[in-house]
Amino acid sequence: MSSETTILVALLLPVLAAVSCLLLGGGLGRPNLRDIATPLIGACTFAAVWRLARDVLAGGRPELVLFEVLPGVELAFQVEPLGLLYGLVASGLWIVTSIYAVGYMRGHHEHNQTRFFTFFALSIFAALGIAFASNLFTLFLFYEALTLLTFPLVTHHGTDEARRAGRIYLGILLFTSISFLLFAILFTWRLTGTIEFTPGGILGAETSSGMVTVLLLLYAFGAGKAALMPFHRWLPNAMVAPTPVSALLHAVAVVKAGVFAILKIVVYVFGLDLLRGSDASLSLMTIASFTMLMAAVIAIRQDNLKARLAYSTISQLAYIVLGAAMATATGILAGGMQIAMHAAGKITLFFCAGAILVATHKKKVSELDGLGRTMPWTFAAFFLASLSIIGIPPLGGSWAKWYLMVGALETGFAWQAAFLGVLMLSSLLAVFYLMPVVVRGFFAASPSAGPSGSAGGDRKPIAEAPFLCVAPLVLTALLSLALFFVAGDLASLLHF
Amino acid sequence: MIEKILVLEVVLPLLAAPVCVLVRHPRFCRLFSLGVVAACFAIAVALLVEVRGGGVISYQLGGWPPPLGIEYRVSTINAYLLALVTAMALVVFSFDSRGGPPRVPEQRRHLYYAVFLLCISGLLGIAITGDAFNIFVFLEISSLSSYILVSLGGHRRAVMSAFYYLVMGTIGGVFFMLGVGLLYQATGTLNLRDIAARLEPSLDDRGTVLALALLVVGISIKLAVFPLHHWLPNAYSFAPPKVSAFLAATATKVSFYLLAMVLFTIFGAPFVFEELRLQAVLLPLSILAMFLASGAAIFQTDLRRLLAYSSVAQIGYMTLGLSTANATGLAGGLVHLFNHAVMKGGLFLVVACLLYRVGSVHIDALAGIGRRMPLTSAALVIGGLSLIGVPGTVGFVSKWYLVSGVLERGWTAAAVLILLSSLLALVYVGKVVEVVYFRKPAETQPIDHVREAPLGMLAPAWVLAAAAVFFGLTTDWTYGVAREAAELLLAGGI
Amino acid sequence: MNLPEALVSSVGWGLWAYWLLIALMMVGLYIVIARDNLIKKVMGLNIFQAAAILFYVTMAKVEGGTAPIVPAGADHAGGHGGHEIVYSNPLPHVLMLTAIVVGVATTALALALAVRIHGDYGTSEEDEAVVYDMEHG
Repeated sequence: MSSETTILVALLLPVLAAVSCLLLGGGLGRPNLRDIATPLIGACTFAAVWRLARDVLAGGRPELVLFEVLPGVELAFQVEPLGLLYGLVASGLWIVTSIYAVGYMRGHHEHNQTRFFTFFALSIFAALGIAFASNLFTLFLFYEALTLLTFPLVTHHGTDEARRAGRIYLGILLFTSISFLLFAILFTWRLTGTIEFTPGGILGAETSSGMVTVLLLLYAFGAGKAALMPFHRWLPNAMVAPTPVSALLHAVAVVKAGVFAILKIVVYVFGLDLLRGSDASLSLMTIASFTMLMAAVIAIRQDNLKARLAYSTISQLAYIVLGAAMATATGILAGGMQIAMHAAGKITLFFCAGAILVATHKKKVSELDGLGRTMPWTFAAFFLASLSIIGIPPLGGSWAKWYLMVGALETGFAWQAAFLGVLMLSSLLAVFYLMPVVVRGFFAASPSAGPSGSAGGDRKPIAEAPFLCVAPLVLTALLSLALFFVAGDLASLLHF
Repeated sequence: MIEKILVLEVVLPLLAAPVCVLVRHPRFCRLFSLGVVAACFAIAVALLVEVRGGGVISYQLGGWPPPLGIEYRVSTINAYLLALVTAMALVVFSFDSRGGPPRVPEQRRHLYYAVFLLCISGLLGIAITGDAFNIFVFLEISSLSSYILVSLGGHRRAVMSAFYYLVMGTIGGVFFMLGVGLLYQATGTLNLRDIAARLEPSLDDRGTVLALALLVVGISIKLAVFPLHHWLPNAYSFAPPKVSAFLAATATKVSFYLLAMVLFTIFGAPFVFEELRLQAVLLPLSILAMFLASGAAIFQTDLRRLLAYSSVAQIGYMTLGLSTANATGLAGGLVHLFNHAVMKGGLFLVVACLLYRVGSVHIDALAGIGRRMPLTSAALVIGGLSLIGVPGTVGFVSKWYLVSGVLERGWTAAAVLILLSSLLALVYVGKVVEVVYFRKPAETQPIDHVREAPLGMLAPAWVLAAAAVFFGLTTDWTYGVAREAAELLLAGGI
Repeated sequence: MNLPEALVSSVGWGLWAYWLLIALMMVGLYIVIARDNLIKKVMGLNIFQAAAILFYVTMAKVEGGTAPIVPAGADHAGGHGGHEIVYSNPLPHVLMLTAIVVGVATTALALALAVRIHGDYGTSEEDEAVVYDMEHG
């Protein structure tokens, strides 16, 4: 199979999954087959992307040009290291999530499961389109498609709360992308006459420094999925969605689409040389640092577990934006790594939150006292993933943090040490918002000894969530451990 | 050969109308008019293929040479318009409205088809003729028949709207006629190319400036340029649904061509946009239209009225393209003619489906329809996304070139405003989609009996919805042609 | 020289006709805007159109020109008995035949609509119809 066809296959497999979901779940009424088909096709997708990895590691840049949409603007794909990494993360975690989703959706007796799985697969299609886009148009096309395709997932429950969240979700994401991102793309087109991603960037050195700053900020805020403050509110709101959605889409595919776009634009539109040490770089770094700290502080005050994780995501995404804003090779490396490390860690945390919900119907951190003893696997996985998010060796997250700190000291700004402090402080805050969950789970006294336990005589005793929920989360927790040891390969892939 | 069939484009529907009147058989008339429209479409496509790349086809009526006789002349821009009008007419005619407009009894339905055909021949005549006064005549033929078509809507207010439309339209028509008269006085000819060649417009020549003013205002009334748009929301929301779809997709488009032709071919871009600086008026009005009409659309509770206000806003995008007076922006405006026709035509056909099954398109009546009529609702969503300008739909293509053209002109603020205004579209489309999919139907209006629209209605609506996506991804025959037409116009040709 | 004479000499005799028909046009437009009665509106529209038609007719008039009918025995150059005949321009007149037809059609349609409105609303007054719409939706 030529690499050109492989790209096409990787893109179309999720569509196939969606179609088979519709047929098996809707037309033929075979939900069991449907739930087997999705992970299987997911595995094939991952294999296809993996196949592309070989070419990319060998220095190749597989390309696929579909057709010309507007004169000079093609619907085209090209696989390069950053996109490959994002593609691997999205397709790989899709397999785990689709297994988990089966356990969750059935354990939680959700309705409209076919619609759910269909749009889920289509969202992966859009995510892969973003990953492999070879120009800003293709990126924008799939970026908007992802927003729209995830909308039915966010509003899955159809309640007033879900509708409200959906409105905020669409409102903020479309507002930022249309008024900032599209404008920046058109402006780039006007300035350079091209919107192809080109190594070394397409904006020439003659672009004035003020223009570069404005454009960079337009791109950074335009990629609203990166949840930079003050355009972050959609993310906590989107947490009304079923947990697998929060896990895959709001820890992996959707939010990473935003930061990935920023990384890619910094490398291939601006070019590192243009940005390094510039005002643009400094201003975006400042915004990212602010978001990082503010979101972490807010996260500490959230009692709802998923909301706390959402704010943690906002804070952790800012790490990637910070890495991109540094515009150094180390910064980009750190940003890329954080995409993978945070994905593995955060998806575990969301899986755990979902497993707790399925098993106990509890959503709040303050209700978790003593649950660790009845759900040991879940809480152990939560612990491991928390360590990775905080950045403690030997877990994957520590590498990303390490390279970020190194990168911060390479920028050459007068205040570069301040960014080092910000990073350390943020990790400390992460300890404060993640560890209480583990501590309560394992060490606090269980309230079930009290009157509420005796009141419900016929209640089932709390036990671990269904196997299909627990297995994936253990797997992803181990993945964040394993990532610590393969970081070298990642570093060689992301060598800019 | 092709010169010979060129004249059939107008003559066919013009002759078919009396045939319908004579035959009086509703079923025959329906199929016959469909056949005629299909033939016109075939001719238009043949013409477009022939002139693509800079060709011109000319035909002299009765063999009289141009200064005396009437010349029919087709270049890229005319062929583009002809193809657009006939394609939309074909789709709308193939829509099976199950019993025609509510006001027309079975035994008079043949007259309805006759009027429809007259309207088409008027619109095609405007696009094809190269004679200024002939344009006026065709303009009035199409307008008079549109007044009749609008008045056939079921509601009492349809007639009132038609009357109001008639008054406004006639004033516009008379303005146009006076403008043509002044041009004749200045040049002694009615042939458009001769006028353009002989006219030496200057600000000191009051007659010419007055002619321009009368023509622009007259056409603007017919085009419903903000703030001359008041007839449009009523006319579109009370007309029979099929008529709304047809008029929204074609009538304003032909008026737009007329405006562009007057500004660029007759008076010439250097005079209009450098000496007179018409953009100083046109640009603010376009932006006001985009914001105020979209804003008004948000507060409408009737889907048809909402779409009508959205049309006024979309006309603002077109005139904005006109005011850039550069190839990119003008091509953006011209391609938006087709793109808007496709999406708005499709949306009005969706409205027709909903009206047939639900009986009302009041926003409250549509609650929860998404489950009962999934295919119709999906077409609604696609049309709505296109109105917002989501990439992959035709709306995005228009916006891309409009914003590029505006940026080329250095109007950064206007570019931002265009993008911001599309967010208003997001609000009004989002409002409808939310009701259709998420709101529970009211107790007083049960929708259990509602089924999916019949195939004869659904298929045309979906043809346009599919076209909205297809032409959002391949633009050679839309933007490519529009670009050619724009360059032709800027060079002062037709 | 008093004022009217100054006007006459500065704008010329021919332009008085234009002043007149513009006044006529404004009268028509005013009726359309100001009158609530639909029939009166239609009549106003008619006056408005008639003014435009008069504009063409005025324009076609050539000073000293005669009706554009070639007398018997005239040669092709238009000369007759040694001196050239000046004709008025026939083309605008021909155009106005069409315009009059359009005007008649418009009037007929407008009156037909007015009849329909009277049937539906029970009135031919626009303001009463508006009130009726507000009461009955």
